[in-house]
Amino acid sequence: MKEKLFASVLRHPILVVLFTIVLVVLAAAGAKNLVFKSDYRVFFSDENPQLIAYESMQNIYNKSDNVSFIVVPADGNVFTPETLDIVGRMTTDAWQVPYSTRVDSITNFQYTWAEEDDMIVEDLVMEGVELDQPALDRIRQISISEPQLLNKIVSEQGHVTIVNVTVQLPGIDPVAEVPEVVAKVREIQQQFMAENPGLEIKLSGIVMMNNSFAESSLEDNATLVPAMFGVVIITMLFLLRTFSGTLSTVVIIAASIASAMGLAGWGGLYLTGPSAGAPTMILTLAVADCVHILSTMFYEMRQGEEKKKALLDSLRINFQPIMLTSVTTAIGFLSMNFSDSPPFRDLGNIVAAGVMLAFVFSVTLFPALLMILPVRVKVRTEEDRDWTRSLAGFVTDKRKLLLPGMSVIMIALIAFLPQNRLNDDFVKYFDTSVPFRQATDFMQDNLSGMTQLEISINSGESSGINDPNYLMKLGAFSDWLREQPETDHVNTLSDTLMRLNKNMHADDETYYRLPEDRELSAQYLLLYEMSLPYGLDLNNQLNVDKSSVRLIGTFRNMTSNELVKLEERINNWFKTNASEYNAQVTGPNLMFAHISQRNIQSMLTGIALALVLISLLLGIALRSVRFGLISLIPNLAPAMMGFGMWYLIDGQVGLGLSVVAGMTLGIVVDDTVHFLSKYLHARRHRNADAEAAVRYAFGSVGRALWVTTFVLVCGFMVLAQSSFKLNADMGFLTAVTILIALIVDFLFLPPLLMKLDGNKEKITVENSVGVEK
Amino acid sequence: MNMIKPINLLLTAVLLSSPVMAQTPEERGLEIAKEAKQRDLGWGDMQADMLMVLRNKQGEESVREIRLKSLEQENDGDKSLSVFDKPRDVKGTAFLSFSHPVGADDQWLYLPALKRVKRIASRNKSGPFMGSEFAFEDLSSFEIEKYSYKFIQDEACEAGQCFVVDQYPVDKNSGYTRRVVWMDHEEYRIWKVEFYDRKNSLLKTLTFSGYQQYLDKYWRADLQQMTNHQNGKSTDLKWGNYQFRVGLSDKDFNKNSLKRAR
Repeated sequence: MKEKLFASVLRHPILVVLFTIVLVVLAAAGAKNLVFKSDYRVFFSDENPQLIAYESMQNIYNKSDNVSFIVVPADGNVFTPETLDIVGRMTTDAWQVPYSTRVDSITNFQYTWAEEDDMIVEDLVMEGVELDQPALDRIRQISISEPQLLNKIVSEQGHVTIVNVTVQLPGIDPVAEVPEVVAKVREIQQQFMAENPGLEIKLSGIVMMNNSFAESSLEDNATLVPAMFGVVIITMLFLLRTFSGTLSTVVIIAASIASAMGLAGWGGLYLTGPSAGAPTMILTLAVADCVHILSTMFYEMRQGEEKKKALLDSLRINFQPIMLTSVTTAIGFLSMNFSDSPPFRDLGNIVAAGVMLAFVFSVTLFPALLMILPVRVKVRTEEDRDWTRSLAGFVTDKRKLLLPGMSVIMIALIAFLPQNRLNDDFVKYFDTSVPFRQATDFMQDNLSGMTQLEISINSGESSGINDPNYLMKLGAFSDWLREQPETDHVNTLSDTLMRLNKNMHADDETYYRLPEDRELSAQYLLLYEMSLPYGLDLNNQLNVDKSSVRLIGTFRNMTSNELVKLEERINNWFKTNASEYNAQVTGPNLMFAHISQRNIQSMLTGIALALVLISLLLGIALRSVRFGLISLIPNLAPAMMGFGMWYLIDGQVGLGLSVVAGMTLGIVVDDTVHFLSKYLHARRHRNADAEAAVRYAFGSVGRALWVTTFVLVCGFMVLAQSSFKLNADMGFLTAVTILIALIVDFLFLPPLLMKLDGNKEKITVENSVGVEK
Repeated sequence: MNMIKPINLLLTAVLLSSPVMAQTPEERGLEIAKEAKQRDLGWGDMQADMLMVLRNKQGEESVREIRLKSLEQENDGDKSLSVFDKPRDVKGTAFLSFSHPVGADDQWLYLPALKRVKRIASRNKSGPFMGSEFAFEDLSSFEIEKYSYKFIQDEACEAGQCFVVDQYPVDKNSGYTRRVVWMDHEEYRIWKVEFYDRKNSLLKTLTFSGYQQYLDKYWRADLQQMTNHQNGKSTDLKWGNYQFRVGLSDKDFNKNSLKRAR
């Protein structure tokens, strides 16, 4: 069957090339459907309990997606007529942002005050009113003593202020909506900065973050993919010294990427931060197939075979190993389907498809291209063979030292594995070169962090929020929350009610306390609500039947662990102090704080299944249960050692890293397969003892393993340069794991084989699964 | 494609109307508004019961009950007095408002829990009325001077043919850039209003149904349904017990009458 296939491919190369090109073009045409979904919610599956809780809170109150304009006046003082005028005009312009439903700033803050029996509600900074120094001082005084504004909208020193725009994205066209908002927001930013030299405006908020997911990934692909192609071309030219081979490999890679991404498009997948990393990964993985076919072919040609015969031999020899390694790699990536986070399922499926396509292309299109292009072989010195031979010598000589030594190193590294801490701080998903990260860091340093928790406290009865007991608890909780070291700001209805109570008593400071009567507080709220303007109402804090209040806490940026601890403390507070009310805590940060935990748990199932499947395949391929079991060690140890080493490098494991073990499993298996199959070949067919078999294995695949590992490590190190930390960390740890795998295969596996296998003089095919030909 | 149709209709409307009246769309819109106002003049005073049903996207519901009295004013906005019955904790709260076509309204609120009348000085009429999807400005009396007008086209509607008119609020504190009003040819009753927010995107749609005629002249709808397209919330406003010319006068609409209102 496959013989016939190879023969006909080599007989009609031009036909094969044309036919494949047509197929690739058809598949790649799907790429036009491939659009980027800029929404952090894509990271959560529909069943994610934190997402469900959050969405339901958004439906009860209003959505809280936002853009923050951070306004930094050159003279370090917000309270000047010029800057207040700018903020006022910016507030007006911000209403023009698509899907905006609310704009909050110091100028449109609804300031209430009393004059005898009159209650006055007006903008804190009235438009078109001359501001003299006393007026400016008064505005400053009110701003920094108003708990709703301080640290949220204006800094205590009064040097930075924020115009906050709440947007309600309809979600009908998730691809277009965020860019639409961002385009308008940037237009406003540019316009104000151009008109006011020295003024600085930075952009933060959830919408800007969503947008950065898309921008940062797309920029990555514009730089990383070409960089990776460069690495592949240089490596191949340098190590294999073939122009036609390199060109053909590049064609195979391009065809694999284009088809895989195109198929993803036909399949209706969206691009997301993680799945946008697929091209780099496919690129890296597709190289190996071609390298194996080329090196055997060149070896045969150097032995004096003519091109066609050499190519046919190479295909014959390599077909099974590269199919096996492709399948195991694909299984590893397919294990990502167990991920709780849909973008990683997409990434796994796209790369798995890409790897299998690369396999198909490298046994069809690749030989066809090599037939058409001229291939010459230069005589080469044997220095590389010497290099592998001396390594083999070193390993066999020092095996008594290497086995315990490597074991100690492996165990030591693995011991660090549990020390890693889970952390998903989505602000830090972006490195400091990303403007969103810079703006958010600046906001954190000068005002407040971006971490928000929304806490809905349900009284259980209609209008129950006016109950004095409820208000007392709400007030006590707000006070308690403000005292927490992480807290930057608390937005709570209890502040509004205290202020209204004071206003209702002719601004008498002694009445700055919560109303002690249910009717009183209900009537204050009625009064207040009737005098608020469009968009500044209380509907984002109260539900329709006034049975619950939503309180919003803003905190300094913290790790997932700290956030989960804070969540626990909040829940405990309610348990001990207000068990009569039902409190629910949600928020995007909290969703991310829980996702790694969930994802790792779900990935463990996937990894276990992949491991079983891969081990089964290996057992069949090696025709030995015993060696299938031995191979478990070099297959499993690298990922565990990689994570142990990660603790020494960074120590924070997030969403991106939670899929690395599954992903690398399929890749590191390849090295073991190649090494073990050559070792067994020597033992079974050459009557070699363990030591000689190790030398043979080094001699025949040592170089190919080194070259493919080099390409893989380079490829994933290129991905590690991503400004999107999820992808960067994933790339880096994968590179580390693959490198460790090679070291284990070279320095640990051979001494282990010699130890376990060495006392038997000749190997019989025990427990054989397959049958020798 | 979609652009061509309204333009065609507009052109047809202009071509049909221009030879007869030589009128601009602005003049035509104003004329329709004047006619509508004219037909609704002279009702004197009235009272009615209002029931509001609020719904959010999650399906939660809440009810408000209000009794309303109004007194027609010549050459000024109407005077109105609202007494809140539900929710229970605002029962007896009464709201007196003298609306003016231009500028801030005069407003007083009686808070029974405080036993005091408070004057509210606020230019804001665009906020939600009792947390509903109705803004205060949606409920206050219609006055010619509050808007500028532009006739768009005639269109088939529930009541046969309707005028479709753009109304642009004059008050810069309004929450809207414009309202689009559908009003029937026969009786000048409003059937539908679309509200466009400050960035001119569709915010809310209000529909009217169950029109009844009082005193053989004045049409009032039994049901007004407001849907907010941006936040998915809605409010139904049900009217009942309409009574006209019950003998109310200015002395029923002052600060003292507020306290007695319950």
